Amino acid sequence: MKRPAGSRWSWAFLIDIAVFLFVCAAIFGVYAIGRSWLGPVHPRVEISQNPRVLPLYALYSLVRISVAYALSMVFALAYGYVAASSRRAEIIMVPLLDILQSIPVLSFLPGVMLAMVALFPRSQLGVELGSILLIFTGQVWNIAFSFYSSLKTIPRELNEAAIIYRFSRWQRFAELDLPFSTIGLVWNSMMSVAGGWFFLMACEMFVLGNRDFRLPGLGSFLQTAASHGDTRAILWGVAAMIAVIVLLDQLVWRPIIVWADKFKFEQVESSGAAQSTLLQLIGRASIVLRLYRLIVQPVFNWLTLTFTLGARRAAETFSAPKRHHLRRSAGYLLAAGILIGLGFAVFHAARELSGLHREDYIELLQSAVLTFLRVNTALILGALWTVPVGVAIGSNPRLARIAQPLAQMAASIPATALFPIILLFLLRLRGGLEIAAMLLMLLGTQWYVLFNVIAGAVAIPTDLKEAAQIYRFSSWDRWRYLILPGIFPYLVTGLVTASGGAWNASIVAEYFHFQGRIVSTAGLGSTISSASDAGRFDVLLASTLVMATVVVLINRLLWRRLYRLASSRFKLEA
Amino acid sequence: MSTANIALAPIIEARKLEKSYPQPDGSRIQVIAPTDLAIYPGQIITLLGASGCGKSTLLRMLTGLSPASAGAVYWHGHPVPDESPNVSIVFQSFALFPWLTVLENVEAPLEARGIPPIERHKRSLRIIDAVGLDGFETAYPKELSGGMKQRVGVARALVVEPEVLFMDEPFSALDVLTAETLRGELLELWLGHKIPTRAIFIVTHNIEEAVVLADRIIVLGRNPGHIHADFRVDIPHPRDRKSAHFLELVDSIYRILTQPDHKDATAPPRTFGPGKEVRPKIVMLPHTRPGGLAGLLEILADQGGRVDLHRLADELSLEVDALLPSVDTAALLGFLRVEEGDVLITPEGQAFAQGDIQARKTIFRKAALANVPLLRQMEQALKAKSNRTLSEEFFHDLLDEHFGEEESRRQLETAIQWGRYAEIFDYDAATGKLTLTEA
Repeated sequence: MKRPAGSRWSWAFLIDIAVFLFVCAAIFGVYAIGRSWLGPVHPRVEISQNPRVLPLYALYSLVRISVAYALSMVFALAYGYVAASSRRAEIIMVPLLDILQSIPVLSFLPGVMLAMVALFPRSQLGVELGSILLIFTGQVWNIAFSFYSSLKTIPRELNEAAIIYRFSRWQRFAELDLPFSTIGLVWNSMMSVAGGWFFLMACEMFVLGNRDFRLPGLGSFLQTAASHGDTRAILWGVAAMIAVIVLLDQLVWRPIIVWADKFKFEQVESSGAAQSTLLQLIGRASIVLRLYRLIVQPVFNWLTLTFTLGARRAAETFSAPKRHHLRRSAGYLLAAGILIGLGFAVFHAARELSGLHREDYIELLQSAVLTFLRVNTALILGALWTVPVGVAIGSNPRLARIAQPLAQMAASIPATALFPIILLFLLRLRGGLEIAAMLLMLLGTQWYVLFNVIAGAVAIPTDLKEAAQIYRFSSWDRWRYLILPGIFPYLVTGLVTASGGAWNASIVAEYFHFQGRIVSTAGLGSTISSASDAGRFDVLLASTLVMATVVVLINRLLWRRLYRLASSRFKLEA
Repeated sequence: MSTANIALAPIIEARKLEKSYPQPDGSRIQVIAPTDLAIYPGQIITLLGASGCGKSTLLRMLTGLSPASAGAVYWHGHPVPDESPNVSIVFQSFALFPWLTVLENVEAPLEARGIPPIERHKRSLRIIDAVGLDGFETAYPKELSGGMKQRVGVARALVVEPEVLFMDEPFSALDVLTAETLRGELLELWLGHKIPTRAIFIVTHNIEEAVVLADRIIVLGRNPGHIHADFRVDIPHPRDRKSAHFLELVDSIYRILTQPDHKDATAPPRTFGPGKEVRPKIVMLPHTRPGGLAGLLEILADQGGRVDLHRLADELSLEVDALLPSVDTAALLGFLRVEEGDVLITPEGQAFAQGDIQARKTIFRKAALANVPLLRQMEQALKAKSNRTLSEEFFHDLLDEHFGEEESRRQLETAIQWGRYAEIFDYDAATGKLTLTEA
């Protein structure tokens, strides 16, 4: 018998060992986290400024973001599924997503934190869960929306195939709903996790009235360093965060994107598919394959069989109308419960708000106008540089090969981590915080615009470009008749996302603990942040309501119209 | 299948099956008139009709995918929503799951029926082998050609051993040669009794396909959909496309399809319900663009002014689906007449075919204003306004009384196409305004 080549044997063996070591490390990580979480409450954790703690702090932050992301995924799948399958629920749940998405994380802070601390008064778990839920509120909504809209666009004949071949709910979910939504879920997950890093500093360290919450992590490390004005620690923290994000990108997102390629709903294989070395290595590692065959496959099989049999048994025991009746009354009960809860909340909110004076509201509106100006200046500035650069990258493949990975890398660094460094320079200038606030909004949101513009420029058909060349368009005419209309739908998509992001970013851009004091500039974001710091729930509630209203109004009045225009007049069709 | 006694009971039977869609104003638009239809074992049935006549709707009601508005479908005498019939559908777009391999796609329906892994593996491999996909078990659909994909579709349909195999325009997304190969393979499986399926029901708009495959052909008429003709085909297999019998049958189907039956083919779908009233008759426009008319009439003139539809379809390499609306348009405008499956050019048609671009427009304008009441109405309405301008919504509301929402949009779209071509009015898509063209 001929043995396979020795080198390949040792290769697979090495990977097996690597996988094994990885599992050991993971088990140790779980143990460390568990010990810290289940331990007693540390009301004032001293956040160390020694770079040596950074690996452990990075682990803490990573676990927080991962748990929050896992929760987001579960919640988003359930939310999207219900919204897409019940027409009645859809009417409320979809606009609600719009509103929830426009509420910045800090507005959830007091409610979430106080509830969690009350639930677990004795252990660190309460504070940890509070922080995780905060991160969750910044991650979940766009994933839910993505899943919902994917479910709504499943081609009719695929749905019919699932019905005619009697798929159970579980099989439908596992073999049609989930795979069809995978690509959208992956891209939105990346955006959500990036959002988690962006707001990490706000979620790991905050004051709530007279209570001071600090959780060891990268965010609190950076925040503490900024408060002390410790430049060396800031640089260490930023470096650690960039390292973690780059590693995540290479070890997690790249392989996932490549793997998700098989869920692309297309009939013909596209050329130039992405590649990932790690995915190939995993594919070769026998442990991974064996684990998959040993655990995942049997579980799936078992689920599928159980649910088909379950469905059959259910059909036998219940007659169809009775079941309907049961479900309907359950639905009414649920609706009644929600209504009572809502009434209660509205009553209390109204009582809170009645304590505010007219001047307070006028001030709120003024700060809304200021933030509005700031957000839109940042958007315009962003569009001004990203459009020419994006078009240049998108229409020049050679430039794209160099620039695209660089831009992706730059985009993955959370702007908030760089913020202290920026402040160091800008605070010396007059109106420095004003510039810094806009700069942070710009840094946080310009990438959405840039990547969309690149995609739009790539999508301009070659024959149109050739036509412009043959008829000797001047470069102004080329921009006016070809490029701007061509990228318009993409530009609008990018700006919509950027606008929402910039409004949310205002809470960290307009209000910052720096060098032992608070630097802030008037605006809705700073109102929310300071109200949260001071524990002024009435102001927090009022300012949150104003922000949600403004953002939803802008979406309805401006972006949705532009979107419609883009998809009717500027859609390039074959 | 020589046992005649079991052949008498239908597998699936539709009684007074009907489909209608409610309109915002409370009335209903009927797309399928009350229809009786039975599927007997041992037959390949093809359901033939022009596009938009409700073929697919009927198929979806027969399989239980789409509920009937009235009437019922029975499977072995039991009403269908209570019993889910053991049927499969082969889809026009294949409807394969792109993230599953060929084998997994075929196994999925067995999985849904709770068949254990080893058993479903065996059964899937057997059927994959039977449709000639051996060696492609681990391929993903996107790696396969159209013909191979549809073979997967057929394998997935057959693996559950359906009593009736439904096929919804199964070969229309394939090129001519591939489609012919797959038809041959399907017949081979069926005639060689290699599959336990007891009846096949195929929806198609390809007349020759129907004649090649069917033991029984049902022709569906339009507005609302109803059975226009239902007859047996007794030509023995394999059928020779050049034989006199075959050609004669194809010709006669063309004749049936073009001959207005007792239900006027150009009448709008009838509405009923609250506000029942007799509405003024409005001619339904076939959805064609005037641009293709010239080509049709030129060929007709070249052929001496009279040609049978079958030859014309061949000449233009068009299927009935594409040809009939053009013929309808030309007939509506008085450029040709249809007699007994033959098309005859009229003097106006002759003039149109020979004219240059401007002459054609003049002739078209005259014919359109004379024969299309809607365009005449639109012209008059525009003339009555001092600024000679009206919004398209105005006309849409006018049409809304006669057609469903979607259909009235399409009618208006077609009317605008024709009116622009005839230079009756100009249309600004951005504002949706129609303006009378000044002579």
